[in-house]
Amino acid sequence: METKVGCYICKGCDIGKSLDIDKLVEAANEAGSAVCKTHDILCTQEGVGQIKADIEAEGLNRIVVAACSNRVFPELFDFGKDIFTDRSNLREHVVWCHPPNDEDTQMLAEDQIRVGIAKVQAGEPPEPFSEEISKDILVIGGGITGMTAAKSAAGAGYNVVLVEKESQLGGWATKYKKVFPKRPPYKDIEDSGYEKLIEEVEADQNITVHKSTVVAKTSGQPGQFAITLESNGSQTELNIGSIVMASGWKPYDPEKLTHLGYGISPDVVTSIQIEEMSSNGGIKKPSDGKPPDSIAFIQCAGSRDQDHLPYCSAVCCRVSLKQAMYVREQYPDAKIYIIYKDLRSPQQFELFYANVQNDDGLFMTKGEIAGVTQVDGKLEIAVTDTLLGEDIRVQADMVVLATGMVPTSRVEDVESPEVEEATEGAEEKTDGTTEDGKKEAQAAEPGAKIINLTYRQGTDLPTLKYGFPDSHFICFPYESRRTAIYAAGSVRAPMDFASSANDAYGAALKAIQAVEALSRGEAVHPRAGDLSYPEFFMQRCTQCKRCTEECPFGALDEDEKGTPLENPLRCRRCGICLGACPERIITFKNYSIKMMSQMIKSIEIPDEFEEKPRILVFVCENDALPAVDMAGLKRLQYNAMVRMIPLRCIGSINVIWINDALASGFDGVLLLGCKKGDDYQCHFVKGSEFATTRMDNVRDKLKQLVLEEERVQIHEVAISDYNKIPKILDDFLEVIETVGPNPYKGM
Amino acid sequence: MAEFEPVESQISADTLVVGGGIAGMTTAIETAEVGKHVILVEKLPSLGGRVAAMNQYFPKLCPPTCGMEINLKRIRLSPFVRVLTLAEVEAVSGSEGDYEVTIKLTPRYVNEKCTACGECAKVCEIERENDFNYGLDKTTAIYLPHMMAYPPRYVIDPEYVNDDRMKKCVDACEYGAIELDMQPKTITAKVSAIVWATGWKPYDATKIENLGFGKYPNVITNVIMERIASENGPTEGKIVRPSDQSEIKSIGFVQCAGSRDKNYLAYCSGICCLASMKQATYIRERYPDADIYIFYIDIRSPGRLEDFYVKMQEDEKMHFRRGKVARITESPGTQNLVLEAENTLTGEMTKTEVEIVVLATGMVPNTLDDPPPLDTPLDEFGFIVDGTGRGVVGAGSTMRPFDVSATIQDATGAALKAINVGARR
Repeated sequence: METKVGCYICKGCDIGKSLDIDKLVEAANEAGSAVCKTHDILCTQEGVGQIKADIEAEGLNRIVVAACSNRVFPELFDFGKDIFTDRSNLREHVVWCHPPNDEDTQMLAEDQIRVGIAKVQAGEPPEPFSEEISKDILVIGGGITGMTAAKSAAGAGYNVVLVEKESQLGGWATKYKKVFPKRPPYKDIEDSGYEKLIEEVEADQNITVHKSTVVAKTSGQPGQFAITLESNGSQTELNIGSIVMASGWKPYDPEKLTHLGYGISPDVVTSIQIEEMSSNGGIKKPSDGKPPDSIAFIQCAGSRDQDHLPYCSAVCCRVSLKQAMYVREQYPDAKIYIIYKDLRSPQQFELFYANVQNDDGLFMTKGEIAGVTQVDGKLEIAVTDTLLGEDIRVQADMVVLATGMVPTSRVEDVESPEVEEATEGAEEKTDGTTEDGKKEAQAAEPGAKIINLTYRQGTDLPTLKYGFPDSHFICFPYESRRTAIYAAGSVRAPMDFASSANDAYGAALKAIQAVEALSRGEAVHPRAGDLSYPEFFMQRCTQCKRCTEECPFGALDEDEKGTPLENPLRCRRCGICLGACPERIITFKNYSIKMMSQMIKSIEIPDEFEEKPRILVFVCENDALPAVDMAGLKRLQYNAMVRMIPLRCIGSINVIWINDALASGFDGVLLLGCKKGDDYQCHFVKGSEFATTRMDNVRDKLKQLVLEEERVQIHEVAISDYNKIPKILDDFLEVIETVGPNPYKGM
Repeated sequence: MAEFEPVESQISADTLVVGGGIAGMTTAIETAEVGKHVILVEKLPSLGGRVAAMNQYFPKLCPPTCGMEINLKRIRLSPFVRVLTLAEVEAVSGSEGDYEVTIKLTPRYVNEKCTACGECAKVCEIERENDFNYGLDKTTAIYLPHMMAYPPRYVIDPEYVNDDRMKKCVDACEYGAIELDMQPKTITAKVSAIVWATGWKPYDATKIENLGFGKYPNVITNVIMERIASENGPTEGKIVRPSDQSEIKSIGFVQCAGSRDKNYLAYCSGICCLASMKQATYIRERYPDADIYIFYIDIRSPGRLEDFYVKMQEDEKMHFRRGKVARITESPGTQNLVLEAENTLTGEMTKTEVEIVVLATGMVPNTLDDPPPLDTPLDEFGFIVDGTGRGVVGAGSTMRPFDVSATIQDATGAALKAINVGARR
C-alpha cells in the first residue's frame, strides 16, 4: 500500500515560542509529508481528534507527531494497528535543551522532523506472527514448588502437565520431619502439609501427573513446544505452550568436606541425614545406634567458602535451629552446640531463633572451624576466631554438617565426559569460520539436561552465576534467557519450602502470561506487546552464524550448513540479530537496516564544518534515551550539533549504519548504551557487550578509510546519568572539533 | 494507561491493586499482561513508592529507575491497567469474586491538560517541605513529585490551594490545567479480587532514644542516606555532614537499630545489612580515604548476596565490628559521635568516634497502622498472614520485610493468587 504521511507539529511547551514553525512545516512538506498541520497543544482531545479526523478523511497511514518524547502519553497517540506512528521529539531533545530562536536549534528541529518522516515512510506497521498455539503448561519437578505451580496455573483454568522424575510427588518435603514456622507466633516447628498438596494436585482435573518421568527432548518454540517425555523406556509426545522449571536442588556433596570431618566417623552426618533419621525412628549415633549425649551443628559446611559454595544457602541456620528442636524433643538432657559464622534467621524467623535460644542446653558459638578429629571416642571440633578471642575445642558424640543447596541447573564439571557428549553436536561446527575468517563458531553452552532443548545454543536455561538460571535477578527475577521458560523455587535461588511455594505462583503467572501474549502474536518482556518480529531474506545468507550465536535468547537454530532456522515465537524483538548480520538480511517491518539508513540520510549535512559539525548519536531507548529526556526536563543545555536516533537495544547497531553516517558526511558517531559485564544493565543481557565488540570492527574499518578512530565512540550511560549527558555530548563534540571535518563530507 | 478523563463514578476490573510502589506496579502490570483488567490505586500523586527514592540497588549498584522505566513503559502501553493516583480505598464489601470497593479521589488541583512544562512552578512563590526528600529540602507548592513521576503531571499541596498567591500559577498555565476549586470525588469499583500492596515505612528512629536520632544532627537513617546520595536528592548526590556540610572522614553504620530487639522491632528486616554495605560503597566512591565502621550482630547476606559481603570484607577501609551499639553520644565542640558498642558475649564495651552515623532502621508494614479490609489476618507486627484463605491477597512488604527482588517475586505471584480468587467465584 502506498504510504501517506501526516505530520503534526505541536506548538505547546515552548516549541512555538522557540522555533520557526512555518519553516518546520516547509521541511515536513519537502520531506514528503502529504498533510502537515500545527496545533497549539496536540495532547488534547481536540489535537488528537484532528489527527484522527485527517486519517479518516485523507487516508493517512503514517503519522509523525512532532511534539514531546514518546515516553509522554504514548497511548494518546496510538491510532491503531494499521497506522505506523512515530514521535519526533521537539520538546525534551530540542527546545528544552537548546537556545530558543537560534539557527542551530532550528536546524536540529527540522532534522528531527525529517528523521521522523523518513522513519514512517520506510517502515510499515507490524503484522503479528499468529499461528495456532497451545496454552498448556509443562511443570518440571513435582516438589512443593512444582506442585504449587501446577495447582495455581490449573486454578486459573490452564491445562498443566506435571513431570516428576521420582516415583512419587513431594520432593524433599517427603523426607523432612517438620518445617520451620510460617505463621504467628513464629515459634514452633510445624508440618509442611505436603500430603494435602499431593492429594489436591492428583485430584485436579486440569493437571496430568507423570511420575518416574523425565523430559527427554524439547524442540520447537514457545506455544508450539514439542516435548518428548520418557518413562521407563516408553515415550510420550506433548504439545506445550510454556514451561515452569521447578527441578529443585541437591545437597552439596559432603564427600568434599573432609576438612570438616566427613568420612572420619559415621557419626559425622549431614543435615539431610538428620531429617531422614528424625522421620524414621529418631536420631541415633550411626556408629552404634546409641543415643548421643551431645551433638554439634557446624554451619556453613561448604557454604560461604570460596573453595566450595561461595554463596549462602539462606536456610541452613534455620534448619539447624529446627533440628536442635528435634534433638531436644528426643533427648531432654543432650547438649547441643551450634557453631556459626553469622546466624541468619531473617524476617519473623528471628522469633523462632529467639525461642530456640531459650533452651538451657543449647550453646551457640560464633567461630571458624579449624578441624574435626576423633579424640577418645568423641568427635572434637577445633574452633578459632571466636568472639572471646580464644580458640576453643568442642567435644560431641555427633557432628552435623549443615550443607548447602546446589541448584539442579548447575553443571558441576564442564570437563566431564557426560557433558562433552552434550556439546558434541555443536562441536562439529567449530571448523566453520565467519566470512572474515576471524571468528570460530561457538559451541553450545553445557547444560544440566533438565529441559533438553534442541536449541543451537544449548540444552538448558543459561545460568548467570553459581548455576542459577536467571538473567535479571533484581528487577525481573523470573526472566530467563529462553522465552516462555521460567525457573521457580530453589533452582532459581536457595530458599525454604514456604518461599518455594510462594515463588511457584510467580513463575506460573509468567508461564500463563507467555502463552496469552503468544496467542495474540505479541512479544513478552521486556518488549511486551510488540507485534513485530524478524524476517530473513535467506537467499543472501552466507551462513556466518553471527545471528545464531549472538541471539541472547537462543531464538535461532541452524541447519547443517549453518543457515539460520527461524523461531519467531522465541524472539524477544531486541534486534541484536539485525545488528549482527553483515549481509543485512534481517528485517522487522518497523525496524530495519533500510529504515535506519534512510533516517540517517534524511539528516541535512551542511557543507561547512566550521560551527556546523554533525554528530550522530545512537541511543539505547531503554535507559540512555530516558536519561536524555530527563536532561531536557531539567533544561540542561548541550550542543545542537548532535542528532539522536533511538535503538531498541544498543546491541542492534549494525556497522553499516555507522558507514552510512560517515559516508553522509557526519563528523562523528557516538553510541550510548547500558552497562555491560558481570553487573550488566542491558535489558537484553548481551546487547551492550556485542555493541562494544562491533566497535572493534568499526575501528578497523576507520583505519582502512584513513579516518581517525576517535570519530566513533561508545559510552555507557545509566538512566540516572542525566546530569552527565551534556558533558558526554559536549566532550565528544570537542573531540570531533579537534580531529576536524570528515574528509568524505560532501563527496 | 493513565487517567486522561475525569474518572467515571462506576468502574470495574478483574483485580484491584492497592499501592503503587514496586510491589503494586508489578502485580498490576503482570496481571494486565495476562489480559486481565486491573485498577491500580495509589495514595500519593505518582507511582514508584519507596524504590523511587532509592539511589541504587544492591548488589549490582544500579539505579532503581532502570527497571522502573521498563515497568512504567509497560503500564503506559497496556490497555488493561487503569492507574488512579491520589486515590484511597475507603470501604470494601462483597465476597471473593464479587467485591464492591469505595475509592476516594483527593483533588490534584491540576487536570489532565497538564503537560508538565513547569511554567507554573517558575512563578510559584510558596515553598513546601519536600516529603519525597524526608523534608531535607523544599519544593514549590505546585510541584512534580519527581523526575520520573507517573502520571507526568504537577500537583498542588492541598495546604496551599486556598492561598491567594496560587492564582499566579493559574495565570501562568497556558493550558488551563490548574483548577483550584477541584473537588474530592468518591467512586465505586467492582472487582473480583483485591491485592494489598501498601508497602512499608522506616521504623521511627526517634523511638530508640539512646541512639540520638533527632537529637544529634549528624545521626541520620538509612532512608535519608539514600536521598542524599541520589542525583535527584536534596544535595544532588553530594554526601556531607548535616551539621556543618563538611566532607566525611569517618562514618559508622549501626545495624539492627531497633531491630531484633523486643523493646522495639522484634523481627529482623532482612535487608538492612546489605543496605548499609551498599551505602558504604557510596562513601567509598566519594571519599576514598574515609574509614567506615559497621557495627553488627550477624551480617545477613543470603544467597549470592554473600558475594557483596565478601567483597566489602576485602576492603581495608571497611571495619566490621561485631557488637550491638548501646549508646551514641555527641562530642562537645566537634559534633562527632561516640558509639558505645557491647560485645554481646563478653559484655565488654568499646568506644568509637566517627563524624556521621547512619542508623540501619528496619521496615514497618504500613498495614500496621492502616490495616487492610475484610478482616485480613495480621501478625502482631502488622504483616499479613499468608495462606489463611481469608481477606485480601497481600503483596510485597505487607507480607514480609522483603528486599526489592523478593518483593517483585512475591508481587508477581500475587497476580496469580488474585486470578485464582476470581476463578473460585
